[in-house]
Amino acid sequence: MFSSLMMNTWIAASIVAVIAGVTGFFAVLRGQSFAAHAIPNGAFAGAAGAGLLGLNVIWGLAVFALAGALGIGALGRRARQDVVTALVLVLMLGTGALFLSLSTEYAEVTYSLLFGEVFGVSPAVLVPIAVLGAVSVAAIAVIYRPLLLASALPEVADARGVSTRRMEVCFLVVMALATSMTVPVVGALLVFALMIGPAAAARSFTRRPGAAVAVATGIALVTVWVGIALSYRTNWPLGFYVGVIAAGFFLLGQGWTAVRRHGVRGRTSAAPVPADAC
Amino acid sequence: MHYIFEPGLFSSGPVRTAVLVGTVVAVTSGVIGVLTVIRGQSFAGHSLADVATTGGAGAFLIGVDQFWGFLLAGVVGAAIMELIGVQRRRGRDVATGVVLGAALGAAALFLYLGTQTSSTTGASFTILFGSMFVISPDTVPALIASGIVALAVVAVLSRVLLLASLSPDLAAARGVPVRAVGMAYLMALAVAVSLSAVAIGAVLSTALLIGPAATALRVTKRPGLAMAASALTGTAATWLGILLAYDSFYWSSSGRGWPVSFFIVALVLIAYLLSYARRPGRGRRDGRSTRARKVLVEA
Repeated sequence: MFSSLMMNTWIAASIVAVIAGVTGFFAVLRGQSFAAHAIPNGAFAGAAGAGLLGLNVIWGLAVFALAGALGIGALGRRARQDVVTALVLVLMLGTGALFLSLSTEYAEVTYSLLFGEVFGVSPAVLVPIAVLGAVSVAAIAVIYRPLLLASALPEVADARGVSTRRMEVCFLVVMALATSMTVPVVGALLVFALMIGPAAAARSFTRRPGAAVAVATGIALVTVWVGIALSYRTNWPLGFYVGVIAAGFFLLGQGWTAVRRHGVRGRTSAAPVPADAC
Repeated sequence: MHYIFEPGLFSSGPVRTAVLVGTVVAVTSGVIGVLTVIRGQSFAGHSLADVATTGGAGAFLIGVDQFWGFLLAGVVGAAIMELIGVQRRRGRDVATGVVLGAALGAAALFLYLGTQTSSTTGASFTILFGSMFVISPDTVPALIASGIVALAVVAVLSRVLLLASLSPDLAAARGVPVRAVGMAYLMALAVAVSLSAVAIGAVLSTALLIGPAATALRVTKRPGLAMAASALTGTAATWLGILLAYDSFYWSSSGRGWPVSFFIVALVLIAYLLSYARRPGRGRRDGRSTRARKVLVEA
């Protein structure tokens, strides 16, 4: 399980988990789960296109993820964001379907891009993953305070001269970068599970933003590590374990909230996620 | 004429099935899509489609027709979403997302097990991206019937649904069971999504659901008119998409066509972008409140 071949997988998955935890926290806080779902899915089309042209998959992912993020950001000003996100998503997925049907080796490639390929991490992919990961973390660290303010209290941010619009675009771009490195490891459909599940669970355990980011990252790491170990043993897809374990942590968080609330002042409300968690 | 309609188009059985099913799908999705856009539930619609993928993969695993898998998973998914409360604006995205993530994980497993046990490797492509030309004629009556049932539910409830969508408080004050109505709507949505999952694939069904509806709502603010326009746009995109996909077999000598789903998605998006050209620069809050006021006045 810890052979030199598998070490690439462990390292790549750990980097992915850290980034997913950090960006996922903001995605949940900002209510942008749909964008977190749409960008990786759309990026998958870029991977298919890169495969068709014979390029390294990660560049195709990066280009399409960035285009999707900027498209959502730009069109989102003129119309309802959920509609725009949905349309950008299907445009990219439709293109992906075309690329896949044009290429000759679609079945296995499609499957591993969509659902992840735990043993498919090559050293050639490891370097871009590390670089993009470092860039994403640095970017989040630089804009951490204004982003937090713009996400939690948009009106206050506007009053203080922080442009919420610019913060949104910045965040979408970081999410795109994070996405393009996550997809080859856990797959386009489940990047999302790794971003949302741990971050949503972390919000049940702590109200402080800094601690929540740390908890989310920790849960994402555990999810990925347990997932890889089980996937290695059973040969079932990593995506399955990531999705189920992340959902398990979310339920655990919900249970914790319910128990704590019960202990403090009885069961007053069915709403499990605190609306003012920041 | 011969260059537009390639030989054998009208005599081909799969094409006739595709046109018939495509029309039913486009009308159902178009009408229900308008409500989805008005209710701001695009994410729920897309999630139901992805949850339906799990059902499609499961059906493939046990050897049942995909439509039943899509439908069962869609209805179960809708019920779970209702339980965790899609009507709450805050938190519903996260809850939807977690359910979606777990369902996709299960889909990954089913597809993996399916490809292990049978030798057909193209199944995941068909489930995810659809293939209109391989719809089995046996399921066509079931497809049409479920489309009609979903449309009937929406037609009976349309007035109440619009009121509950635009102003839940007012609807509740008038004695409308908002929750039950929302549930009925989600069930209709699940049927519509399953239908378009059969036609253009689970992950692309959002295109037929949201695209024509968003286009129609940019052109007119009257819900009834928007439903008609949306159904028409969807149907036109579907027919043209089928025609182009059929013709694309003759574009190159390789004998491989481009996927019909791609053409339908592209045409739907072109229609949406054209609606921008026709009516530039309407603010979103402005548009929404106008629509709300109009419907409330009508109600």
